[in-house]
Amino acid sequence: MSVRITIDGKEYKAGDGATLVDVAADNGVYIPTLCYKRGKPCLGTCRTCSVRVNGNVMAACTVPVADGMEVEVNEPEVANMRKMLVELLFSEGNHNCPSCEKSGRCELQAVGYELEMMVSRFPYRFPVRPREHAAKHIWLERDRCIFCQRCVQFIRDRETGQKIFSIDHRGSHASIEIDVKLADRMPPEQVREAARLCPVGCILEKGVGYDQPIGKRKFEIKSIRERALERERQ
Amino acid sequence: MNKSVKQKTASHELPATQLDPSVRAARDEKIQVAMIGLCGCWGCTLSFLDMDETLLRLLEKVNITRSSLTDVKRIPHRCAIGFVEGGIANDENIETLEHFRENCDILISVGACAVWGGVPAMRNVVPLEECFREAYLDVPTAEPGTEPLIPYHPDIPRITTKVYPCHEVVKMDYFIPGCPPDGAAIFKVLDDLVNGREVGLPKSINRYD
Amino acid sequence: MQANIETILEYYNLDKTRLMDILWEVQQQQGFVSSEAVEALSKGLNMSSHDIRETLTFYHFFLDGPSGKHKIYLADTVIARMCGYAEVRAALEQACGCAFGAVDESGAFGLYDTNCIGLSDQEPAMMVDEVVFTRLTPEKVKDIITRLRQGASAEEVANPDRKDRRDAAYVDTLTSDNIRVRGPVFFKAGRDYPALLAQVLELLPDEVIEEVSLSGIRGRGGAGFPTGLKWRLGRDAEGEEKYVICNADEGEPGTFKDRVLLTRSPGDVLLGVIIAAWAIGSRQGIIYLRAEYWYLKEYLEQQIQAFHDAGLLGKQILGRDFDFDIRIQMGAGAYVCGDETALIESCEGKRGTPRIKPPYPIQQGYLGMPTCVNNVETFAAISRILEQGGAWFSAMGTDESTGTRLLSVSGDCEHPGIYETEWGITLDEVLKMAGAKEPMAVQVSGPSGECVSAEQDGSRLFCYSDLSCNGSLMIFDQSRNLLDIVENFLRFFVDESCGICVPCRVGGVNLYHKIRLINAGRGSSKDLDDIRSWGSLMRETSRCGLGTTAAKPLLTTLEKFSELYQQKMARPEGVLLASFDLEGALQGHEQARRTLVQEEKQ
Repeated sequence: MSVRITIDGKEYKAGDGATLVDVAADNGVYIPTLCYKRGKPCLGTCRTCSVRVNGNVMAACTVPVADGMEVEVNEPEVANMRKMLVELLFSEGNHNCPSCEKSGRCELQAVGYELEMMVSRFPYRFPVRPREHAAKHIWLERDRCIFCQRCVQFIRDRETGQKIFSIDHRGSHASIEIDVKLADRMPPEQVREAARLCPVGCILEKGVGYDQPIGKRKFEIKSIRERALERERQ
Repeated sequence: MNKSVKQKTASHELPATQLDPSVRAARDEKIQVAMIGLCGCWGCTLSFLDMDETLLRLLEKVNITRSSLTDVKRIPHRCAIGFVEGGIANDENIETLEHFRENCDILISVGACAVWGGVPAMRNVVPLEECFREAYLDVPTAEPGTEPLIPYHPDIPRITTKVYPCHEVVKMDYFIPGCPPDGAAIFKVLDDLVNGREVGLPKSINRYD
Repeated sequence: MQANIETILEYYNLDKTRLMDILWEVQQQQGFVSSEAVEALSKGLNMSSHDIRETLTFYHFFLDGPSGKHKIYLADTVIARMCGYAEVRAALEQACGCAFGAVDESGAFGLYDTNCIGLSDQEPAMMVDEVVFTRLTPEKVKDIITRLRQGASAEEVANPDRKDRRDAAYVDTLTSDNIRVRGPVFFKAGRDYPALLAQVLELLPDEVIEEVSLSGIRGRGGAGFPTGLKWRLGRDAEGEEKYVICNADEGEPGTFKDRVLLTRSPGDVLLGVIIAAWAIGSRQGIIYLRAEYWYLKEYLEQQIQAFHDAGLLGKQILGRDFDFDIRIQMGAGAYVCGDETALIESCEGKRGTPRIKPPYPIQQGYLGMPTCVNNVETFAAISRILEQGGAWFSAMGTDESTGTRLLSVSGDCEHPGIYETEWGITLDEVLKMAGAKEPMAVQVSGPSGECVSAEQDGSRLFCYSDLSCNGSLMIFDQSRNLLDIVENFLRFFVDESCGICVPCRVGGVNLYHKIRLINAGRGSSKDLDDIRSWGSLMRETSRCGLGTTAAKPLLTTLEKFSELYQQKMARPEGVLLASFDLEGALQGHEQARRTLVQEEKQ
């Protein structure tokens, strides 16, 4: 069954119950995301896809579309909220792009560019979070973690289905952890998958880094917006 | 006695010869810009020069007063724009930034260090004590047999407990991220300001690394 | 040790959804949950050890290292701070010989801070092991610690007459109920539960739901969702199983009415839960009891047993084709579990992280099945609604807020305690009843609610469209420093944020820093603008009620008491920002140098 919704005043058709963020992308409307990964269950942690739905602000990755829904994406107030959320993340961790292996491939950075962020309006915290080196093929730069939960939910031990990544403690004391025993039996392609899945430079594969020259990195070849819109159309 | 007084004369206090009046007048009509490098690497100033020929276009409209390029030490008169590179890492940086804020209408944080602390701010996750130990005590270049020394003297700037972005110390008006920012980004912001347009940094030239 | 864990695991059938209970049992046997224990649990439950730790480290009362033979949690609340908290805290540190956050040298005592433990009418109060001590004074504390040192258990000290833990008398020994004003609905003595249930079971489930709808009752947890509608949705939802959960995670600072209901009228609550089960078609119920109420557990279990014995729970209740049982699920210290979806996650043995909605619990809740979650007070009220009729209930209160509700009143008043009030009562009337002296401000619904001015808001009404109180009412008189109270509330939200979403996890800390800055006299009008803007971001974009309300202490006091903020504003000279701490920025150099020079000399 198909429904009609409007996004910023323009009418679109969509499958009933489809996820709003996908529907928008399919129709050429980019809504930034950091935790959401199309085709995977919604995580709803970063809130970067916040839009106004029938007057209320909601994370577009959590909203199934329904007939008559009125969506505002580029209304200035809600657009500013998305920018603030990204700025919050930049101030919470140590996002030192000049020294980061993930620069140019980092989704947080790429979304920052899309939202034309030049500085965070929030005080930079400079948290002290020790690195985790113990696993053989993978390490964690904890102060870059944005707690999106992608690794926690989507990377599991292939034999037992157990969590390899997890979050200790809660709130501002939360910390990303890795189960070293399980991590050491991750096949190389799973290690790469985990590093790729991480939207920032927190999960990194040992022995690789800075392997693409500046100007030829993922989001320099094609921006995150283009990727979001194009991939969805295919 | 006489000699020591002389030593205390700062270069900017030396008597200057008068500029040609027509040149003076042409300069005075332009928009006055002051530039400073605080705790950073001067890479942003180099990036400023990377504007190449667009720099000439800009210079038709602006006059650079205090800067490391002109070697003028203090801001000679009120400026419209202050270009600040580097973050705040000692009390001399604080004083200088205050001087800029007091004498410029608009201040721009240029580059990662000014915007959020940048590379120098990597020490913010290490206690200052550890930094000093590494720099002055356990340093491999320390001369054997000499007494270890941590510099501390009224004549040298005190290091701040952590490195601060400029806007946590005084109000900053605009920000150009990047390490260093692209010359085109610096030009875009200055050109917007000089021409009275709203300042914007399109994502094509905005970068954080 | 290993063997013990195997026994525990076997008891719970290696069911990972019972991880909360399993961790509690391990901790009770071993004092804390060691890494060896985590390892053993990991093997038994087919979970990675870090997965176990996700749950273990989420909850305030689970401990993953040695934490003292006696674990002492002193409630640090704004009310306690008005009642001699500081002196009691100092006395505890002196008596135990260690600072808060640490264990003394002998390993006998661990001192910890905790948020409101539901005893605001008898602060200062603390939990020691599984009991509580109230109305503390430095002398009382000294005495308690001396007795513990002499080898008495906390329970022996708290319960010298050895009252049976299964009796109300035991609970009364530890706490007071302080019921000040009774009304038509709650705390009715001598109710004949078998007869009442028999009467309800004469009705069809749909008729029960109709009666509840007719009463107009709305959820007493705070959100005010119409209970009849929730039950209707629960009845209509499809699922192999359906669950009823009683939310007894009374975590909102300043509220304690659920504790008193569970103490005085547990039968009302149980009956309400059974009625819900009948209405929606459930066979299993859960009472989610906050860990701060451990001392109620055996008493409630005894009450459940009594219901079993009377044929009101179990198989074929009152001879009908109706099976229903209730278990108690202990929480472990997490305010966020007051959110029904976080509570359900916790019941499933996981971190108390609020779920994404939709789906709502009434469609997919506990174990993915339709689940009806209601507050303790809602269930108790419903037991009376089905006795007296929906019309009887809806005749009380206002059109959109029917019936009565319980207020937990604390702070600057002569009679802190429980008040049953009809909806529609004014703030002035409540303040008068409670004997408030020179009130300045009233915090309605706890930190997540609204701070109102006694002067300006006295004629406002308690009802869902005005003061939609969740039961917590804290009174502050003219002598109180309201901005200190705001700071305490903000710290509370930072402590309790689960951290799953960005605005709450990061924004909350930023707002806490803002109020600290203002209280330190370094705030500016820009900070007030930031508070409004950042607060609005949290309200609009957070994932659950904790984040959406966390800025309210700031926002509502800014509205009602803006002059207090104005008085605190910095008046900087020069261009340095008031928020920049010049002195602090420059003292590190000299300190570091001195330490290093000292070190070199040695």
